[in-house]
Amino acid sequence: MATRLAPAIVNGLLIGLTLVSLFPLLWMLSVSFMPAGAASVLPPPLLPDSPTLANYRELFVRAGMLHYVANSLLLAAAVTLCSLVLNTMAGYAFAKLAFAGRERLFRILIGALVIPGQVAMMPLFLLLNHMGLVNTYGGVVVPAMAGIFGIYLVRQYALSIPDELLEAARMDGAGEFRIFAIIVVPLLRPVLSALAVFTFLGCWNDFMWPLIVLTDDELQTLPVALASLSREHVQDNEMMMAGSVVTVLPVLVLFLALQKHYVQGLLMGSVKG
Amino acid sequence: MNAPPFAWVFVGPALLVIGVFFLLPVAAALGLSLTDFDIYALADLDNLRFVGLDNYLRMLQTPLFWQALGNTLYFVVVGVPLSIAVSLGAALLLHSRLARFRSFFRTALFAPVVTSLVAVAVVWRYLFHTRYGMVNHVLDQLGVQPIDWLGDPHWAMPTIILFAAWKNFGYNMVIFLANLQAIPEELYEAARIDGASWFRQLLHVTLPMLGPTLLLVGILTTAGYFQLFAEPYVMTQGGPLHSTVSMLYFMYEEGFKWWNFGVASAVALLLFGLIFAVTWLLLRLSGRGA
Repeated sequence: MATRLAPAIVNGLLIGLTLVSLFPLLWMLSVSFMPAGAASVLPPPLLPDSPTLANYRELFVRAGMLHYVANSLLLAAAVTLCSLVLNTMAGYAFAKLAFAGRERLFRILIGALVIPGQVAMMPLFLLLNHMGLVNTYGGVVVPAMAGIFGIYLVRQYALSIPDELLEAARMDGAGEFRIFAIIVVPLLRPVLSALAVFTFLGCWNDFMWPLIVLTDDELQTLPVALASLSREHVQDNEMMMAGSVVTVLPVLVLFLALQKHYVQGLLMGSVKG
Repeated sequence: MNAPPFAWVFVGPALLVIGVFFLLPVAAALGLSLTDFDIYALADLDNLRFVGLDNYLRMLQTPLFWQALGNTLYFVVVGVPLSIAVSLGAALLLHSRLARFRSFFRTALFAPVVTSLVAVAVVWRYLFHTRYGMVNHVLDQLGVQPIDWLGDPHWAMPTIILFAAWKNFGYNMVIFLANLQAIPEELYEAARIDGASWFRQLLHVTLPMLGPTLLLVGILTTAGYFQLFAEPYVMTQGGPLHSTVSMLYFMYEEGFKWWNFGVASAVALLLFGLIFAVTWLLLRLSGRGA
């Protein structure tokens, strides 16, 4: 008897768990199309009676949402691009180029991985303030241009590149940068795409540092703007849901498109750690 | 080893960024925590004084600091086991040969992980609204009195814990799933030949084989949960009655609301010490168990 019930139990539990996972996201989408005030009635409605785009219009025309979307996009793209270049070069060097103190330096970096970023926040703020970078895009981008985790991920992957391949290229007279650009980077492509998706999503969703360093309304990213909007517009349920959709949808779509790379990166980072 | 200069061209830029914008500030935080750096020092460094361990000692006499510590520990001690249990349960279900549409379920269960925390925290605030929220509506249908989820000091932290479990469980689920798939099938066959039930196979094959993964996931999740900040910032603003003020929330207010950078640095370093000690403890305990 137990064996006949088992498939129903397993799949039933999966369906239940999936409903719990997706319901808040679907509800957010549905309420975002309701006219102002329509969600705050009893019983709470599941679907809009008369779907409207008014909340989105309000956000983009009056609350300057396009500005925040552009800020988020710009910052996430800049951080991803810069950190990808610097981390790849460093990760490759730690794996394949001999230089004095390499192992010790790498051990120091790995040791520093346990320090939570918040410890650095107060001095970092003072440093950036001194450099005139507080309240500029640079305040977010510059400290994120390289990261220990990214270097580690690239190094682990680059270790598998055969030395003979690099030696053969050197014998043929290829310069180090040529070897890096033409041989190494294509071989690293899987880890690079994983790292790119990871960095972009992480930067897009980041909250605490942008909240601290970008106080000017004009420069704020989507999560920071959404948090302050939600403090001002506590009653505007429907508009806040539209704002949440605008914040979540781009990363959700990006994830669905590049899911394979993202999960790969996640496993590379944790399983080998 | 000779040091070919080109190697430094490769590692130099990244090391420069990490050194100047991470390692240097971390070292400076130690010094800063021994000063009375405040808004006057921000204006003019002549107002800065060395105060030794005063910031740490004063914190021990600040009731809100102790409350923040207690709230953070509550969040970690309840939240981490709950999150990991849900992750493991979901991974076991997905791994089961009886499960259908696996890749659909896996993607759906993972979706909350990639969403922006602030955005879904806003969504949860409305779902858990006392009067119009869907959660209380469903409970009402079941005959349960409405609960003031985010407005009652006893319920606010449990609500945030539920939210965190919902948001994060997919991450560890994927890690568990990959490791479940790596367990050799022969082990299960041997157990079945011995007549082991599903539950005994879980207890004597699956869990021991997942041991190292459980430890790793436990350490990473604990370190992450100690850094609770955005959830209370968006959902409760630390309230009601400071019941959701976390260590980082306390640090943020001291540092970037009141500009007491000395005190804030001391809080950050204490948090780091706490995470370090708990990680060490977990490693020790698991080492003894094995």
